[in-house]
Amino acid sequence: MAILREQVLHVAQLARLALTDEEVERFTRQLGAILDAVGKVAELDLADVEPTAHPLDLVNVWRADEPRPSLAADDALANAPAREQGAFRVPPRRA
Amino acid sequence: MIDTLRLTAEEASGLLERGEVSPAELHAAYLGAIEERDGELNAYLRTVAELDGEGVPIAFKDLISTRGVETTAGSRILSGYTPVFDATVATRCREAGLPLLGKTNMDEFAMGSSTENSGFGPTRNPWDPERVPGGSSGGSAAAVAAGLAPWALGSDTGGSVKQPAALCGVVGLRPTYGTVSRYGILAFASSLDQIGPLTKTVRDCALLYRTIAGRDPCDSTTVDLPGPVELPEGEDLRRVRIGLPRQMLELEGIEPGVARAVESALDLARELGAEVAECELPRSVEYGLPCYYLIAPAEASSNLARYDGVRYGLRVDEAWELDAMYERTRDAGFGDEPKRRIMLGTYALSAGYYEAYYGQAQKVRTLIRREHEAVFECFDLIASATSPTVAFPLGAKTQNPLAMYASDLLTIPSNLAGLPGLSIPCGLADALPVGLQLIGPQFSENLLFRAGHALEQALAFDAVPARLAGAAT
Amino acid sequence: MNRWEPVIGLEIHVHLKTRTKMFCACAVEYGAEPNTLTCPVCLGHPGTLPVPNARAVEWTVKLGLALGCEIAAHAVFHRKNYFYPDLAKGYQISQYDEPLCRDGRFLVPTAEGELEVGIVRAHLEEDAAKIVHVGGAGGRIGGADYSLVDYNRAGTPLVEIVTRPDLRSADDARRFLQLLRQTIVELGISDAEMEKGTLRADANISVRRAGDTGLRTRTELKNMNSFSFIARGIEAELARQVEVWESGGEVVQQTYDFHADTGALTARRTKEEAEDYRYFPEPDLVPLSPPPELVEPVRRQLPELPGARVGRLRADLDFEAATGLVTSGRDRLFEAVVAAGGEPRPTANVLMNQFATAGVDPAAVEADEFAKLIAARDRIPRDTFLRAVAESGRPGFAAEPYLAEAAISDTDALAPLVERVLAENPKQVASYRGGKEGVLGFFVGQVMRETRGKADPKVVNELVREKLRA
Repeated sequence: MAILREQVLHVAQLARLALTDEEVERFTRQLGAILDAVGKVAELDLADVEPTAHPLDLVNVWRADEPRPSLAADDALANAPAREQGAFRVPPRRA
Repeated sequence: MIDTLRLTAEEASGLLERGEVSPAELHAAYLGAIEERDGELNAYLRTVAELDGEGVPIAFKDLISTRGVETTAGSRILSGYTPVFDATVATRCREAGLPLLGKTNMDEFAMGSSTENSGFGPTRNPWDPERVPGGSSGGSAAAVAAGLAPWALGSDTGGSVKQPAALCGVVGLRPTYGTVSRYGILAFASSLDQIGPLTKTVRDCALLYRTIAGRDPCDSTTVDLPGPVELPEGEDLRRVRIGLPRQMLELEGIEPGVARAVESALDLARELGAEVAECELPRSVEYGLPCYYLIAPAEASSNLARYDGVRYGLRVDEAWELDAMYERTRDAGFGDEPKRRIMLGTYALSAGYYEAYYGQAQKVRTLIRREHEAVFECFDLIASATSPTVAFPLGAKTQNPLAMYASDLLTIPSNLAGLPGLSIPCGLADALPVGLQLIGPQFSENLLFRAGHALEQALAFDAVPARLAGAAT
Repeated sequence: MNRWEPVIGLEIHVHLKTRTKMFCACAVEYGAEPNTLTCPVCLGHPGTLPVPNARAVEWTVKLGLALGCEIAAHAVFHRKNYFYPDLAKGYQISQYDEPLCRDGRFLVPTAEGELEVGIVRAHLEEDAAKIVHVGGAGGRIGGADYSLVDYNRAGTPLVEIVTRPDLRSADDARRFLQLLRQTIVELGISDAEMEKGTLRADANISVRRAGDTGLRTRTELKNMNSFSFIARGIEAELARQVEVWESGGEVVQQTYDFHADTGALTARRTKEEAEDYRYFPEPDLVPLSPPPELVEPVRRQLPELPGARVGRLRADLDFEAATGLVTSGRDRLFEAVVAAGGEPRPTANVLMNQFATAGVDPAAVEADEFAKLIAARDRIPRDTFLRAVAESGRPGFAAEPYLAEAAISDTDALAPLVERVLAENPKQVASYRGGKEGVLGFFVGQVMRETRGKADPKVVNELVREKLRA
């Protein structure tokens, strides 16, 4: 099953990847081949099979509502590419 | 003089206990070996000079968060990122007194089977530097094989501990899903990722597993072990029933040398008293790879969304616009393989395709679990080759993602089922190591160690790469 | 609007007042310095994992039960994927097709009877970070120079409640929300203050021809931070839609903001393509399956809910008084005072007026003492009564000293005073006797002033008439 160039562009947009024309061309080809291979799962009739989200059948894992110290402000921002007044600074979204 | 090429972690521990070497001498011996041999291999991304612990030093795959030590998962998008906290496995190693030697190279975000997808250059195989060490934990496997670490931790999602262990001639364990904490492990695919040891011997493997395993309150998906981890001692396989999946034996693409080495290891198993017979895993082998390459990329597409240039890591923001920053940061920071998998996973989860791809793959996963459960009604263990091939030349598969994905054909099915798997070296083919994969039911690590240890003793594989054997004194 | 029927559904977000966040142990507090209530988990640092807050789960079950919901035997957290700086992980952990609570009904008493509002679901999720847009016009993201992100709020537990489109007027919506808020507050799980943002409501609004059963295109109305703004916003949007249909146009599915200061509605930019959130089960978490040991005690300990109490008060009171007492949290005191002998109507009246004005905490009031005050309200001086009401919440408050200031009703004591007032005002006496009965009030007032308000006005009244007749 092939994937269209438009679909690759749409997926790249959803995933926030700016692709060059060369990348779009190459990924369209490669993803097409991969989808052909993985599309094989559709052959099976699994209407009555429960999905497995997790290898272990655990439920109800939770913790008590007890606070623990937060990070020191310096640690919270230690890796920030840009900061201002204790906050993370980011570019605006244009209209 | 400490022979790091041959010294096992257990032996090193003995030397320390008896006071024959000091922790500093031991640590320095490995840093010396790294200095001497890693220029060629590129197994380490960075080393740690300070000695922090009195025990046997250890190397971590670079996706294990280490407070104050740069952690990149082999990706340029995390260049310079220094965690402000330790992964739980790092904490447990620290508490056990194991000083960190350094962080090892890997395929970017553990996506690959050759360590060529690293953003910081490939790692080379100590047995033949023109060949890959396997991956994605290729740095950890190469480090142990080349005597650059007595033991190391890697991570295994589709086979990333077992396969490089096989290709580098060392022991590797992928533990039962949920027995080792993932807290602080840079995520690839959450429902599959597990941390596992890479070691010279099965006993070392058991020792390290004992150190890192157990429930972690910071990881909701962990459980307590049903019993203590036992150090294997027995040297027979009496009454152990080993199943050989016919579909794995007959797999196209298994190299004859690999098949021969595995066969002779199984002959030895029979001599040790094992009952060996064929079993069936038809759907697991046929649909395992497609299932895996839907589930893992889907989870990855979401797990890798946090690399957005806001809180840490790379940011490219010349355009000073939010979406442009996201797109350019991620385009510049991720290599081809993460991009491919992010797109594949995004597609598999997107509206209109979820049921056909991700939803269907989750159901296939149920079939694979059931098939394995059925086999374990008649057998104690499943055995196969770990990898269909020995180490392949650098660049051989980089242009063909599907060929690279096929490297994990034999390791993926049991990983999808959440089962533990041990790879031990079982011989050479074309002067390159071959791995034998043993799979057990959930929580059967003690049995895997027992069987692996018995075979290891009988096989008497020389884990020192021939070309390095002369180098050591 | 006779020919158009409003169809309104609400989506309500409630901040739970747990001590810690939903998936990490950072404290939940308001007003802290930016990013000081954060940790690697709520900052989305690589490798971190969520661990659910047990109390948040329990409280969601509690709220679900109060809303008459079924508690799921198997509930799942999902990831909702999208990029925005307020999401530290690139996804929000929420619930999707397997929420904790579903299929409930909430009864809202109205003057005409009970309004039943269906509850589609109540699910648990985490809140996003706070973003401040700096520079540009009006602090909106569009024209800003840059934005600053504070993750203190990121990961705070939120319950999202979605109603069926069962509301038929803006007033119904307001009543529903007020009763819901009172319910939430009484459950002790949230402050539910709209001004602080711990209770937020969005409305899905459409109109249809009266008698139609199908639904027309709906719009979403956001950004309303008080009950009265919600009512006004909905009114405005209903009027807009009717206008559109009446003028031959078509309502377009869109999101609007209501600006309370101007009363204006502004449409948000329509996105080029619909969001594709790629929901999938959160693989870092295991399912929830609330066991009977958790659910049943919560169910047993559920207090009588405000809606039911309004119904009960209707036996004694009209609808407005009953609702007023319950949504102001004064109904329990009302019932206690009535039980202690207070007459219902005057008691309700005092509680909703003088008592409310004085700002007394109803929980602090001793009902027996308050009942004595109510019984004596006509016998004691008015300012004494007001003082007593204002003091009624003080620890150890007793009515007795105030009752001792009883009005002077002893005719023997008052008679000389009345005679003196009449003697001092011969002109007014003459005009009364000439037929101007209204002058009576003047004499009573004079006597009251002389006694500094302590005379019983009824007795004075009688006495004045009597003396004037003489």
